[in-house]
Amino acid sequence: MRPASQILSESFLEVRAKLLEVAATLDRIERSGSAGDALSADAEEQRAQLDTAIRILLDNGADRAERLQKLFSREYESNWRQEMDL
Amino acid sequence: MDYIDPHIHMVSRTTDDYATLARMGCVAMSEPAFWAGFDRRSVDGFRDYFHQLTEIEPNRAAQYGIQHFTWLCINAKEAENVSLSREVIAMIPEFLDCPNVLGIGEIGLNKNTRNEATVFLEHLELAIKHDQQILIHTPHLADKYQGTRMILDMLCDDSRIDPSRVLVDHVEEHTVAEVLDRGFWAGMTLYPVTKCTPDRAADMIEKFGGERLLANSAGDWGPSKPTAVPDLIFEMRRRGNDESLTRKVVYDNPIAFFSQSKNFSFKERDVK
Repeated sequence: MRPASQILSESFLEVRAKLLEVAATLDRIERSGSAGDALSADAEEQRAQLDTAIRILLDNGADRAERLQKLFSREYESNWRQEMDL
Repeated sequence: MDYIDPHIHMVSRTTDDYATLARMGCVAMSEPAFWAGFDRRSVDGFRDYFHQLTEIEPNRAAQYGIQHFTWLCINAKEAENVSLSREVIAMIPEFLDCPNVLGIGEIGLNKNTRNEATVFLEHLELAIKHDQQILIHTPHLADKYQGTRMILDMLCDDSRIDPSRVLVDHVEEHTVAEVLDRGFWAGMTLYPVTKCTPDRAADMIEKFGGERLLANSAGDWGPSKPTAVPDLIFEMRRRGNDESLTRKVVYDNPIAFFSQSKNFSFKERDVK
């Protein structure tokens, strides 16, 4: 495994660019909302998911990718066979 | 580095792609049966497709020194038509003795519906009856976690299924551990947007090691990159990982997994 500082410096510009894309997208949504185009209920839900995702990025730990994946996933219910009568 | 792409849909690719793959080190590939982008309307449509997979594609690949293997099924996207699915499942044995057929696949779930689960279970019966290996498709995006767990439930509930003869494809960060923990092989699909990037695949290799882990491009008719496996090789090398670890994932593991099929007659390139 490479040293953490090396990974960070090698990835810095790429991550910076991705964060700017996220920021610009959120700005675009905000501008459109300010112009009177409110989010639909489904879009509000998606926006809330993105806010939760951004908070996960600020947490500590080496499992952020897995946590984001689960955030964006439908829940598993162990009784699915009974529900489907299968 | 020689490599094997264990999941790629070459019927959707041009001959130029075969030439490029050969130049990038691809020496063999396996092509699971897939959705055509539209629902086929009859069992004869599938018969023609299976003819293409077992006769035409091996010849196209051979022109570029690539050995071509395949898997047969009706895809989960078409499983809502249960009666057609049953006709196709009944017809598949006509092709199981073709020399490049490795097993049944890619079977699985798409939207995690009852009909999909029914057809999946009937494919499992077919594989068990004919002692075939199994290649699994797991759903996309929000459906992946739930669908992967459902698939693992069905596989693990059947004591006749040997996990070491099953490859569960399209794993990502939230599904890979459980697939490996339950004894299955796991395939990472390198897709531009909807699945896994070469960087994230390299992260998973570093985290889990190379045991029972494979990488594929799943190149098809949609947004996909048939040369994605060399991208992963490059990323592993860029990070300074051992060549032996990379080689295990992109070459040794596919050979170890496929070798459990009686039809896997792979000839290694002479590198003397």
